[in-house]
Amino acid sequence: MSSESTIEDNNSRRTFLSGATCALFALGGAGLATPYVLSWKPSARAKAAGAPISVDLRKIPAGTMRVEEWRGLPIYIIKRTEEMLNSYQGLDDELRNPESDDEQQPEYAKNTHRSIKPEVLVLEGICTHLGCTPKFRPNKNEADFTGFFCPCHGSKFDFAGRVYKGVPAPTNLKVPPHYYADDNTLVIGTDGKDTA
Amino acid sequence: MNKLILMKRLMPVFFFLLAFPITGIASGTSVELMNAGNDIQDKESLRRGAHFYVNHCAVCHSARFMRYERIAHDLEIPEQEVMTNLVRFGASKITDTITASITAEMGKKIYGVAPPDLTLEANYRGADWVYTYLMGFYKDEKSPTGYNNRVMPNVAMPWVLASRQDSMSEEDFAQEMRDLTNFMVYMAEPIKPFRERIGKYILGFLLILLIPTWLLKREYWKDIH
Amino acid sequence: MSAVKDKGINLLHWVDYRLPVIKAFKTHMSGYYAPKNLNFWYIFGVLAMLIFANQLLSGIWLTMFYTPTAEGAFASIEYIMRDIDSGWIIRYMHSVGASFFFIVVYLHIFRGMMYGSYKKPRELVWIIGMVIYFLMMSEGFFGYVLPFGNLSYWAAKAILSLIGAIPLVGEDLQIWVQGDFVVGGATLTRFFAFHVVLIPLLLLVCVYLHIIALHQVGSNNPEGIDIKAQKDKNGIPLDGIPFHPYYTVHDLVPVVIFLMLFFAAVFYFPAGGGYFIEPPNYVPANNLSTPDHIAPVWYFTPFYAMLRAVTIDFFGVDAKLWGLIVMGGAIVIVTFLPWLDKSPVNSLRYKGRPSKVMLMLFAISFLVLGILGTKPADWAPFWVAPLFTIIYFGYFLAMPIYTRMEKTKPVPTRIGAHR
Repeated sequence: MSSESTIEDNNSRRTFLSGATCALFALGGAGLATPYVLSWKPSARAKAAGAPISVDLRKIPAGTMRVEEWRGLPIYIIKRTEEMLNSYQGLDDELRNPESDDEQQPEYAKNTHRSIKPEVLVLEGICTHLGCTPKFRPNKNEADFTGFFCPCHGSKFDFAGRVYKGVPAPTNLKVPPHYYADDNTLVIGTDGKDTA
Repeated sequence: MNKLILMKRLMPVFFFLLAFPITGIASGTSVELMNAGNDIQDKESLRRGAHFYVNHCAVCHSARFMRYERIAHDLEIPEQEVMTNLVRFGASKITDTITASITAEMGKKIYGVAPPDLTLEANYRGADWVYTYLMGFYKDEKSPTGYNNRVMPNVAMPWVLASRQDSMSEEDFAQEMRDLTNFMVYMAEPIKPFRERIGKYILGFLLILLIPTWLLKREYWKDIH
Repeated sequence: MSAVKDKGINLLHWVDYRLPVIKAFKTHMSGYYAPKNLNFWYIFGVLAMLIFANQLLSGIWLTMFYTPTAEGAFASIEYIMRDIDSGWIIRYMHSVGASFFFIVVYLHIFRGMMYGSYKKPRELVWIIGMVIYFLMMSEGFFGYVLPFGNLSYWAAKAILSLIGAIPLVGEDLQIWVQGDFVVGGATLTRFFAFHVVLIPLLLLVCVYLHIIALHQVGSNNPEGIDIKAQKDKNGIPLDGIPFHPYYTVHDLVPVVIFLMLFFAAVFYFPAGGGYFIEPPNYVPANNLSTPDHIAPVWYFTPFYAMLRAVTIDFFGVDAKLWGLIVMGGAIVIVTFLPWLDKSPVNSLRYKGRPSKVMLMLFAISFLVLGILGTKPADWAPFWVAPLFTIIYFGYFLAMPIYTRMEKTKPVPTRIGAHR
């Protein structure tokens, strides 16, 4: 009789100790996995290569787009004309996300023009559908459309990079972090806060 | 009776320890080395050493694996200050590595040997060697540069700090060289201060892990007679 | 809850029907009966497997970041140490792991010598084990060259010039192996391929065979008693206990202690006082300047000391070639232990005094030669290395004599019977 109860005690004690040991080993395993996971992050060298870039805005004529490279991504810098700025007023019904509340831009670009200065638009030139580079269509002569048109699957965006309804791309074009070092110098890749 | 069993048990441990070599390899010089007495966790000293390195040593000696950004981050110096006070000699970005103002070819022409890159020097020679070397220059008429060195006879490097050494007290100069040595030890392995700090926690965790593991073993081995 | 458990059991049976996982677990874990008296010395096999796994995992990761070119190799190590997040810990686990692998394996081999684990019927376990050791030495050598520091370079050069000592074809062979007239990029890339692909594959196969062969004949034990000779009516050895759970929980304790030693080294002595990572390897390979003092990495030093111990030509063969023969012989001769030991008993506990003395002398000679190998050639009097080389070989060559002549103690049939 008494030996039976000892066996039961033993079993529950064994279960408990096995559980505790396994749990701690699992924790240790997770700790061991950490450096392996972290090592896949971009290296300091990659980060150095992807350092912020600066652009002289005086060299971009109004109504045109300039493409710069940052972290291997095409960055579109568009100096919008008055006409372009007006073009998307009242388009709201045709857009998927007119209010830009989809986290596709930094807080300071969450406004009507999706930019810090109304006339200067900065976008990552990567279609939010499958990553092609949308084409800049400043003039109405072709297909009666102005804005950005993605040649891969026909996604359309307005002059603020906002996506139209009825196209495959799900969200607005992304606005990268940027700030103005001075009136004519645009810095892309940082919002200027981390360099004290 | 337990003593004998204990001895028997400890024998393997003894053998295990024997398998570990006990001393390091001597660096080949017979001069007795001074004690660098540097403290890798002393950030104030490392900052002073960093300033000294880029403003004096880096004229000739690059440190091609050491990024300024890493110095700013590890030694807690604002990036702006690093940009103005530290980044020089062809480096222009915070992410650049420490470059020398003269090229290796120029150095070879001037001194006969190219001034070596010093990123890993402290790992190669040891902190005490670096400190002894820095403190070990003496006047020598026979040497082409007018100076010679205690740990590196017929040294090619001219004693560029001679007037500086003469202009300050012995303790101040020794402190400056200690800071420089400290920085060079840091530079040779920037992760060293961090790994020495976190190692304790990993060993602590394993110690805790040992408890249930040992209890579990003892529990199961009750069955074995 | 129990539905989930049932599903799990169903899945297990589905798999087991197609792949014998349950049977494998029984054969090698829960139904593998190990002697109940395995002591401390029996942990090193498990530890060797653990560290082998560590080497594979950390090695795969290092391969992702390493550049196998003469121009890029050295810088890529610093890239791992500085620019890769946590790269330093992976690299240290690999470099410290290499030394720990050898420490563990040397103790594992010594255990075999003490308790006669090489004797019948474990000859194949022993031979496969020696093949593993030989593969490990090659793996260690190739791996040591990869950082392409100055010691890497000159160590590679020294070892490759040994090939040049082979009569007639030596020099051509050396150039062919190097792939160049000097050790260079061509040498590095082929060493890299061997280090990360060929040798690890062979090691995996051999480790598997080592364990299968061991489980076929069963583990030896400190008493050297054959537990399979005394079975109960179900055919289970009376002095055996199931490996799982008893030895799994048993081994976890030393595993954790070992991990503490290992991580103490990784975090506080990653260079191992200049023995795991030697100072001259902090300077990039320089084909114009040999480091002041070159020595192989510590786990090769006993053999290196023997290589260097031979300084005279005899029988018309020059000293360099004799050195090579002695060094090779010192490794190969260990393989023949099963046939050199003529003792009727397995364990040193029941052997006579000559066996005990000889094993002790062997261990001392191995350690002394190991220390000599790390020092300059003129560090000790000229006769020390040859003397201990002779003792080293004496242990093996005289073994058939002293194991036959000595008086052994009677071996009990059951473990623990004499206590």
